[in-house]
Amino acid sequence: MKVKVISRSTDEFTRERSQDLQRVFRNYDPNLRSQEKAVEYVRALNAAKLDKIFARPFVGAMDGHIDAVSCMAKNPNHLKGIFSGSMDGDVRLWDLATRRTVCQFPGHQGAVKGLTVSTDGRVLVSCGTDSTVRLWNVPIPSLMESDDSSSNEAKPLAVYVWKNAFWAVDHQWNGDLFATAGAQVDIWNHNRAQPVNTFEWSKDTTISIRFNPGEPNILATSASDRSITIYDLRLQSPARKIIMRTRTNSIAWNPMEPMNFTAANEDCNCYSYDARKLDEAKCVHKDHVSAVMDIDYSPTGREFVTGSYDRTVRIFQYNGGHSREIYHTKRMQRVFCVKFSSDASYVISGSDDTNLRLWKAKASEQLGVLLPRERKNHEYLEAVKNRYKHLPEVKRIVRHRHLPRPIYKAASLRRIITDAERKKDERRRAHSAPGSMPKDSLRKRRIIKEIE
Amino acid sequence: MGVKVVNDGLIDPVFSVEQGNTEEEEMKVKKFLRGEVADLKFIKDKKLKGQLEVREELYVKSAKAAAKADKWLMPSEGGFLEPEGIEKTWRIRQEAIGTEVDLLSQRNQYDIVLPDLGPYTLDFTTSGRYMVAAGKKGHLALMDMKNMNLIKEFQVREKVRDVVFLHNQKLFAAAQKKYVYIYSENGTEVHCLKEHGAATKLQFLNKHFLLTSINKRENLRFQDITTGKMIGSFRTGLGHSKLLEVNPFNHLVAVGHSSGTVTMWKPTSATSVYQIHCHPGIITAMAFHSNGHLMATAGMERKIKLWDLRKRGELLQTLPCNAKSLDFSQKGLLSTACGSSVHVFVDSSGSQNYSHYMSHPMAKGYQIQKACFRPYEDVLAIGHSMGWSSILVPGSGEPNFDSWVANPFETRKQRNEKEIHSLLDKLLPETIMLDPTKIGSVKPTRKREKPSRQEKDAEMEAAVEEAKSKSFKKKTKGRSKPSKMARKKQEAIVRAKKPLLEQQAKEEESSTKKRKIIGGEEELQLPKSLQRFSKKAPKS
Repeated sequence: MKVKVISRSTDEFTRERSQDLQRVFRNYDPNLRSQEKAVEYVRALNAAKLDKIFARPFVGAMDGHIDAVSCMAKNPNHLKGIFSGSMDGDVRLWDLATRRTVCQFPGHQGAVKGLTVSTDGRVLVSCGTDSTVRLWNVPIPSLMESDDSSSNEAKPLAVYVWKNAFWAVDHQWNGDLFATAGAQVDIWNHNRAQPVNTFEWSKDTTISIRFNPGEPNILATSASDRSITIYDLRLQSPARKIIMRTRTNSIAWNPMEPMNFTAANEDCNCYSYDARKLDEAKCVHKDHVSAVMDIDYSPTGREFVTGSYDRTVRIFQYNGGHSREIYHTKRMQRVFCVKFSSDASYVISGSDDTNLRLWKAKASEQLGVLLPRERKNHEYLEAVKNRYKHLPEVKRIVRHRHLPRPIYKAASLRRIITDAERKKDERRRAHSAPGSMPKDSLRKRRIIKEIE
Repeated sequence: MGVKVVNDGLIDPVFSVEQGNTEEEEMKVKKFLRGEVADLKFIKDKKLKGQLEVREELYVKSAKAAAKADKWLMPSEGGFLEPEGIEKTWRIRQEAIGTEVDLLSQRNQYDIVLPDLGPYTLDFTTSGRYMVAAGKKGHLALMDMKNMNLIKEFQVREKVRDVVFLHNQKLFAAAQKKYVYIYSENGTEVHCLKEHGAATKLQFLNKHFLLTSINKRENLRFQDITTGKMIGSFRTGLGHSKLLEVNPFNHLVAVGHSSGTVTMWKPTSATSVYQIHCHPGIITAMAFHSNGHLMATAGMERKIKLWDLRKRGELLQTLPCNAKSLDFSQKGLLSTACGSSVHVFVDSSGSQNYSHYMSHPMAKGYQIQKACFRPYEDVLAIGHSMGWSSILVPGSGEPNFDSWVANPFETRKQRNEKEIHSLLDKLLPETIMLDPTKIGSVKPTRKREKPSRQEKDAEMEAAVEEAKSKSFKKKTKGRSKPSKMARKKQEAIVRAKKPLLEQQAKEEESSTKKRKIIGGEEELQLPKSLQRFSKKAPKS
């Protein structure tokens, strides 16, 4: 007879000393865990609820400007610095960690309309309605910066005066050119007092400008004649142009897919285009209830942030029709500029109420260093939530957002209007000869024509 | 192969061993996969297909990793009892086993003689560390089985019918003469649950925190012990019942009735989910296999029947025994207590065919009340009229525990932590259903059925009634003469009937058309010589 029975000595299964870690034994046998799916569902539900509880996206406000913030620029070489320009000609460098002004750049007479930093992070370019372009040396961050910050004032490297007021400026990626937008598009060099090159397609004012992150010689502009134009610096004339039904306020290129860009439009929507194929938008991002003023892509290229005239900031997926997140506070007024931080974890908005606001990109994310076990738990909950996201209860909790009353009302009003339009269109189509009213999607409808 | 034969005429031993290993591994991977790999061929959406493919790959990978861990990282191996020569396992006595095993295991063979307050019924915590024993005449004892410590014993001085642990050893519930009581570890009465009445049997659903009881008046009750809310209270109405068991797979509660029927209940419906008529007479005992597919019932007609629950209650096997108590161990051994002896059956081939494995006769005159396996140990505990005993049954328990599921070596801190986590993961009573794997899956869309003849008639009748009951305006100049009114009414009825009749006619027409099409096919199948006699189909 051969016999063996289970016998566990306590020494083998418990810790030797009280300072040791408790020993953990695993057995992955599914028979030991009954009702796994139900347990996972309950965890998903709890995770969704916890997410709602911990959704505190507002980190802090940075005040100091005495007029509305009109533009911002990220420093590509320094994570926690951000530049902002205001309507009274004030340009400031902020430290995001302490939320204080590090340095001021006085000099502009009128509103500052454009700010940009060279790729090496050394030179700041500002332009404004006083028809000047100013180049500044960016102060090198030192250990003492946060002590007596407000007294720090910088002198411009150069001041270039030109014929007309400027609306926007953007620096070339990987080069030393920058472009300004105004009555025409001007290409500048750091060392020349006059533009190197000038482009003009029509007589209307260009209001925004953005260089392509992948191809340094390509830039996209939008103008007040409702057009979006793509220029190639190597050619003598503009490359392509589309005219939409409403004006585009701002453009942002997707840094991970540099052929795609998204345009923030006056008609409350954002339109993602493929620059090679401009006859149809790739995606229409709807949700805002008033003109979208500014847009900026996350460095991951997976999502972008928009600021709108309806006093909210929204975050969209790059391919999603509706926003993932909406941020608003009682005190935030019209948002004129938004930026995603260079580590994709914060969003900065500048608004009419003279403040810059710092938000978390993921509303319920835990700040600070996470211990490995904590991180794993977060990952697990995220996975479980993702698995059960289609179940009605989980979906309801995850999707719910509190909206300010005016925005809620405006959204429902817009819904009524669009529904009525759609219905009317359908009826018209039903009563007209078949084929006489071709159906065109929203992605095409808002484009009037494309000019090569 | 040809090369190998030329070499030495033998199959390469390494090769065959590897093949055996892979087969075994495949079996294990299958166990951890929890079902078949999804077939994604018919999905047309490329994006979705890609996503699902990635996910399926992940599942297979994790199942393989789990199988590997199962193979190499498990700290202990299961027990066994192998006969040599002409020995038979069921002739091996406990004394013989006791001489062969180590000292630690020998401590698990004992008899505790308490002749006054028996017969005893027993219950273990899910980790198998603690045991509570209840004598019928009011003796309650809580024991730590690891170091054989008596934690607390006390007498309630009234009849105790059943006792059950709640989520951990800190609380246990006892069904006493009039009410159900909840006691804490140190013997203080925490609650008196009067609503349950004189319960005959108790069960605890530890994932849902539901205390379930059945009483003499056939009332089945579910009470949430975290909130104290009575979730369900149903009258079973199928005869007197003293049996209550929980299916560990889907947590349905099974009640065995005196009529020989087993009904399964969930707390959210007042009717049973499932019924099997098992025995012609009274059912005396009942047990569920841990995978939930197998149920064993014992009847007064001296038979134990094994049922496959997946196949709508197919009878698998009948064993001869007059069992008072049945229990399945974690590894699937079946213990039966008949009179004063215990028999253990084993499914040695894995094909749900049970055969005799061990038997243990006790002294004559001992009436066994309950025999239950201790989880994570090779031990069978027997409660009887003279106290309780414990014997070794090699190969019955799961050799490897999971610290996060049930830990026999749990510290106080770990227990507190686990209590919180289990409360956070407390399942809703709605999750108790026949197939719990359905949660989160998509319900297939059912085609809407056509309204039946009766429904159509009822609709017609309702329309006619409505038309009849309509009153007409009183008008002058002879327009409200009775004859005119009658005609108006008749017209209204015809008008109400008209759309329905039209619809019916349309349906009939379409069905005759269909028939005609079928008939037309038949005509085409006629032999050529006869086709000229058939009606010609219109050329399309």
